[in-house]
Amino acid sequence: MSHLLEVKNLDVKFDTDEGRITAVENISLSVDQGEVLGIVGESGSGKSVTAKSIMKLNPGNTSYNEDAEIILDNENILQFTSKQDLKKIRGGKVSMIFQEPMASFAPAIKIGAQMVEQLLIHKNINKDEAKSISINMLKRVGIADAEKRFNQYAFELSGGMRQRAMIAMALSTMPKLLLADEPTTALDVTIQAQVINLIKDIIKEYQMGVIFITHDLGVIAQVADHVAVMYLGSVVEKGPVNEILKNPKHPYTKGLLQALPDINNLDAPLSPIPGNIPSPLDRPTGCVFRTRCPHHNPEGKDGKIEMKLIEVEPGHWVDQCGIQCGQNG
Amino acid sequence: MGDNLISVNNVSVNFDYQENFISKKQKIHAVNNINIKIKKGSFFGLVGESGSGKTTLGRAILGANNISSGNVIFHDDERDYDLTNMNKQDLKEYRKKAQLIFQDPYAALSPRMTVRDIIAEPLEVMKITNSRQETDERVRDIAAKCRLNIEHLRRFPHAFSGGQRQRISIARALVSNPKFIVADESVAALDVSIQADILNLLKQLQTELNLTYLFISHDLSVVAHVCDIVAVMYLGHIVEMGPSRELFKNPKHSYTKALLSSIPSIDPEKRSEAIELKGEIPSALNPPPGCVFRTRCPNPGVDCKGGEITMGLTEVEPGHWVDQCCVL
Ligand SMILES: Nc1ncnc2c1ncn2[C@@H]1O[C@H](COP(=O)(O)OP(=O)(O)OP(=O)(O)O)[C@@H](O)[C@H]1O
Ligand SMILES: Nc1ncnc2c1ncn2[C@@H]1O[C@H](COP(=O)(O)OP(=O)(O)OP(=O)(O)O)[C@@H](O)[C@H]1O
Ligand code: SF4
Ligand code: SF4
Ligand SMILES: [Mg+2]
Ligand SMILES: [Mg+2]
Repeated sequence: MSHLLEVKNLDVKFDTDEGRITAVENISLSVDQGEVLGIVGESGSGKSVTAKSIMKLNPGNTSYNEDAEIILDNENILQFTSKQDLKKIRGGKVSMIFQEPMASFAPAIKIGAQMVEQLLIHKNINKDEAKSISINMLKRVGIADAEKRFNQYAFELSGGMRQRAMIAMALSTMPKLLLADEPTTALDVTIQAQVINLIKDIIKEYQMGVIFITHDLGVIAQVADHVAVMYLGSVVEKGPVNEILKNPKHPYTKGLLQALPDINNLDAPLSPIPGNIPSPLDRPTGCVFRTRCPHHNPEGKDGKIEMKLIEVEPGHWVDQCGIQCGQNG
Repeated sequence: MGDNLISVNNVSVNFDYQENFISKKQKIHAVNNINIKIKKGSFFGLVGESGSGKTTLGRAILGANNISSGNVIFHDDERDYDLTNMNKQDLKEYRKKAQLIFQDPYAALSPRMTVRDIIAEPLEVMKITNSRQETDERVRDIAAKCRLNIEHLRRFPHAFSGGQRQRISIARALVSNPKFIVADESVAALDVSIQADILNLLKQLQTELNLTYLFISHDLSVVAHVCDIVAVMYLGHIVEMGPSRELFKNPKHSYTKALLSSIPSIDPEKRSEAIELKGEIPSALNPPPGCVFRTRCPNPGVDCKGGEITMGLTEVEPGHWVDQCCVL
């Protein structure tokens, strides 16, 4: 069966004053209809850049490698150049909930007007219908006084409300693929629980595929079917969510789990992964994690082992050096 | 007052709201009759529903929001500042002493300034340093403390990811050597490892630089780990407040209980045992009379339903305060 979305061997590079930055290297991912793929990873690991590539939203200084493919519905998005084609994906087949809530609402246009405009571009409906769909969606994401909020500007809403309005806007066009970049980060837990249930319901109802980016492993545990762990532009481990969280193999995945504050054990110190993420300008050769790793695999330390995902259990993939490294610690 | 840095006395903040030019003016009751004392050197946590007024309260304490009634006193070593009654000179001094780390690192950083200039700006605006060299030294010093590389200083913020930007805003907030910091969702955008790192950093800076924090967060596990005192807000009211261990071990208010139960479990097989809160958060335009939580309370008492009761905190254990009607 073909996947709804398939990303194959994607590199994303940015040209900057200081040189060429590799933000994403050799990533392969897939999402099926009705499935949620979670992406976790350190700040700067390339999660947003990956998601934006799927809508070709990265800025002008971006370059993609020639043999990369992003196949959505049997079409390679990376080949799209015309406005017409891009319109089909942006807000049509694909919707994105952005990490930066202010960025997706124009400050001088009322929230409702923006929702209606987007619906009119992508759906064959009239203004009144668009308005009622929008208000319904605002209600579904738990916004009180939806009719009033419809007439307000983004800056007039609290952070969490703004986030929910954005989720409503992204879902209102019923895309085939939803890219959710930290969609519940600004929400308090009770509303987060509601929004997660809402997103799950809608995925089921419309058989949407979802890429769900978050740094909250608890949220990943509750929403995702599969998860990919990213570090410095590379996927170091991926597989079914249960498998990854209960049986992590890569030292980076293990480190992430150990850094989680545990509400049941307040005396445990918060243990960050030691060291700093290197600048993407001097990305380590070999295993990207080797400047911070516990080095249980001595050859990995010298950067002699090339990165390559190996299947260790059905569907559970781990970087080849990381397998040995993780076994010993 | 000796060991308190800040006293918030009966503070309310309202905003005007008008749907359009002909409709009548309404009031948004963002913050209602709040009383808190923030001890010197404490890590004071503020949690609660989205839209419950946390940011508004934080901004009021910083003197960045109008206070509709009540007052906020900042007890400095030599003198008190009454935020509802400050002249320009006072306000200028107060700005050096109380700083904000923003909720949204994207909106906060000017895209046309280099990171060095962003961090240096408060020093220049408040005329704290006397030469470019001194400014550079302080910028480099605080950048190093916040673990930013020197090479980062020449770049523009757009080239940084969310977590990196948050460290820039922390450095910017700390560069003027403030005594009081409002950290509004300052670690929400960060992945767990850097979050742990930044929290340890904030703790360490607290001792090193004698800081007092008001720490606003949605993440109860984080708050439980770093804060000594926690206040829980709902729809403009504090419904429960106490030493964090006591509060997390022994929550009394129905809303606090629901909050604690909603923390997503890291175990995928343990799908949520959350006490589900039905319905929508009422609007701050029309808060329900009586207990503001009663429209969503999973187990309201007979008295609560009618909305006849009056809200107000009562002390159930030393330092542990709960809204009075929920205790009865
Ligand atoms: N337009 C750009 N020009 C240059 N570098 C960029 C650009 N956009 C992103 N980068 C760099 O690419 C890398 C990946 O960034 P990205 O925003 O994808 O990280 P992320 O995983 O989403 O992090 P976070 O969790 O902080 O949001 C970072 O090092 C970032 O600085
Ligand atoms: N400048 C403003 N004008 C009008 N209403 C406002 C303004 N700022 C805040 N409000 C309203 O005041 C209430 C409290 O908002 P506030 O931003 O303080 O909530 P919060 O607890 O910080 O929420 P979040 O967790 O979502 O950030 C909300 O109803 C909000 O819509
Ligand atoms: S030993 Fe290998 S996998 Fe482990 S961290 Fe070092 S380089 Fe990476
Ligand atoms: S006062 Fe009544 S309605 Fe309010 S929280 Fe307590 S029990 Fe529930
Ligand atoms: Mg991102
Ligand atoms: Mg806020």
